Amino acid sequence: MLSLAGFSQQNGDKRQIDLGEIKGNISVAYQQYQEDSTINAAVPDEKSTLTAFTNLLYTRGNISAGIRYESYLPAQLGYPDRFDGTGLGYRFASYNTDPISVTVGNFYEQFGSGLVFRTYEERLLGIDNAMDGMRVKTHPLPGIYLKGIYGKQRFQFTDGLVNGSGLVRGFDGELVVNELLDSLSGKSIDSLPYRKLNLIVGGSFVSKYQSDNSTTLILPENVGTYAGRMRLNYGKVSFSGEYAYKINDPSGDNGFVYKDGHAALLNFTFATKGFSVLLDAKTTDNFSFRSDRTAELQDLMINFSPALTKQHSYNLAATLYPYGSRPWGEVAYQAEISYKIPKKSKLGGKYGILLTANFATVFGLDTTNINEDIDDITSTREGYVNNNFFLPGKEKYFQDFNFEIKKKFSKTFRATYTYFNFFYNNDVNQGAFDNDNKGVHGNILAQIHVIDLSQRFKKKHNIRLELQHLSTEQHLGNWATALLEYTYSPHWFVGLLDQYNYGNSVSEKRVHYVYGTVGFVKDAHRFSVGYGKQRAGLFCVGGVCRQVPASNGLTLTFTTSF
Amino acid sequence: MKNKLVLALVTLCLSAGAFAQKKTIPSVKLETLDGKAFNTSAINNNGNPTIISFWATWCKPCKEELNNIADEYEDWIDETGVKLVAVSIDDQRSATRVKPYVNSVGWEYDILLDKNSDFKRAMGVQNVPHTFLIDGSGNIVYQHNSYSPGDEDKLYEKVKSAAKK
Repeated sequence: MLSLAGFSQQNGDKRQIDLGEIKGNISVAYQQYQEDSTINAAVPDEKSTLTAFTNLLYTRGNISAGIRYESYLPAQLGYPDRFDGTGLGYRFASYNTDPISVTVGNFYEQFGSGLVFRTYEERLLGIDNAMDGMRVKTHPLPGIYLKGIYGKQRFQFTDGLVNGSGLVRGFDGELVVNELLDSLSGKSIDSLPYRKLNLIVGGSFVSKYQSDNSTTLILPENVGTYAGRMRLNYGKVSFSGEYAYKINDPSGDNGFVYKDGHAALLNFTFATKGFSVLLDAKTTDNFSFRSDRTAELQDLMINFSPALTKQHSYNLAATLYPYGSRPWGEVAYQAEISYKIPKKSKLGGKYGILLTANFATVFGLDTTNINEDIDDITSTREGYVNNNFFLPGKEKYFQDFNFEIKKKFSKTFRATYTYFNFFYNNDVNQGAFDNDNKGVHGNILAQIHVIDLSQRFKKKHNIRLELQHLSTEQHLGNWATALLEYTYSPHWFVGLLDQYNYGNSVSEKRVHYVYGTVGFVKDAHRFSVGYGKQRAGLFCVGGVCRQVPASNGLTLTFTTSF
Repeated sequence: MKNKLVLALVTLCLSAGAFAQKKTIPSVKLETLDGKAFNTSAINNNGNPTIISFWATWCKPCKEELNNIADEYEDWIDETGVKLVAVSIDDQRSATRVKPYVNSVGWEYDILLDKNSDFKRAMGVQNVPHTFLIDGSGNIVYQHNSYSPGDEDKLYEKVKSAAKK
């Protein structure tokens, strides 16, 4: 690539030679750990960790190719333990034209809402279930989009990519009705009466193969799933839904029962300027789908079950009691209303006030166990019967009610108040641990108040103060948190965070977790240094969470994109 | 040995990054808020500059950046003809929030959904917010990661110089 680039330097002025383009990024995180008995800080044998990624992407005309070089020397604490060493974790080449595109090697893909198929990466969580094989996408007629995938899935990293043994094959078709009608009628969409109505329908089939390695059971080696979906837009109203079915798929997730699985996801939104309503419903029953039937956690997931709860960004609300979808099944509902008190109104003031209220609740399924001896050869081994597909069972898993009031008072000052009320069933969610790192039993009820103030001065300087308070009678008791952040655009930022567990029932555990950060940003380069105590907690992205242990020490990070 | 390899790789791509001047927008199929297919190679603004801003409904600094730009967006359009395309990287969990949010705050931007981060990956983006400036001929002339209040002024300086060309 260097020599090619050099060539372009010499000849660039005389002739236009297309050498293609290189894009990519680098990210390096170095952590140094210290002992700290007050917070049970974890320290790896190596005392320090280095986690680094470099992505290189080359494109020239219709051809593109890319690699990712990964280093876990070793992986930072809390990362999945199957990431170790340094080497290539991802590589692909593809040929893209409008009617057809072909990718070989690693790729990420999603069918519909992901209920039957989604491969993705969440680097910060250590999630990467990339496919390794082949993908073909084609667009044979206007409005018709077809995709086919075939391959294995990334499982772990040991000085390089290691795939799971199962095989995944799938096909997806989507019809954008308006596009097809437009092309048939030869007119532009704006001149036709159905302009405001937009309909999309789609369907997927995904099958996995894994050999029957059991000595006691006869396991299905090929397991198929089907899904159908539609999406309708009419002006301000949108409705979408997907339903999926899976044949029996005995696995570690369901206790090796031979029951089939169902899943459905519904969404309705009404959105007009300054006002919106969102309603969501989801049910999944025995719908965890992995390319290895014994895999656990987030390993080798073929599909994606979105948590129907809001992802919060304030520290206490985001990391103490967040929800992640339960693999065996759940029924979830969510509603959110947002209203902006208009600008220049009596109440709204010069800039208006944004109000948002959100309610999310998740229940277990309403099921009846089948009373039979599953070790008996004549038993159905189906485990249970689901009595109500879309209605909740008796056990509540999670609930979150929150609202936010956000007001900009002037060009330089704004304030936000947020309230959260959580119900967290820790017998089910198992995300809360006591002072000795043992799981807490029962339900946790918690309320959080957050005040967020931001003041800008002399155009480039900004000070932000966050005050948070969490009260609960369970788990670790009350917390108070303060965050002070100063930024000097465009280059500098400084932050100081103190999380104080003043309500802990054990007085020695009433610890201040103080963490400071200083950083420098220039264009797409960012360097930061952090030092201090970090609380144990759940670190979540997109409704998927991982437990991070408490630690004390120094962190250096560098990221750049080019 | 492995470390040397990493070093060589890093040097290689940094120098490649320095030499390969031309950078354009890759072709990726995204969705509009109505669920229609949209190919990113169709992003253009009739010879005027375009801002592509990667954001998510759960990202506070992203929303702050786009809300602060929204206050000045009309002036920016009048003075430079710039257009802003806000690409949401919300996945299936939160993608349904994008349309309600955009309407509640009243953004006038073009909004695209990148539900499985395909465009994000193709543009070399790691974290949001990440903002690109594309000149009238489709070349990426500036990019910036993260947001501090005031960064929009620097972005606008770049927009103005891109508009003059």
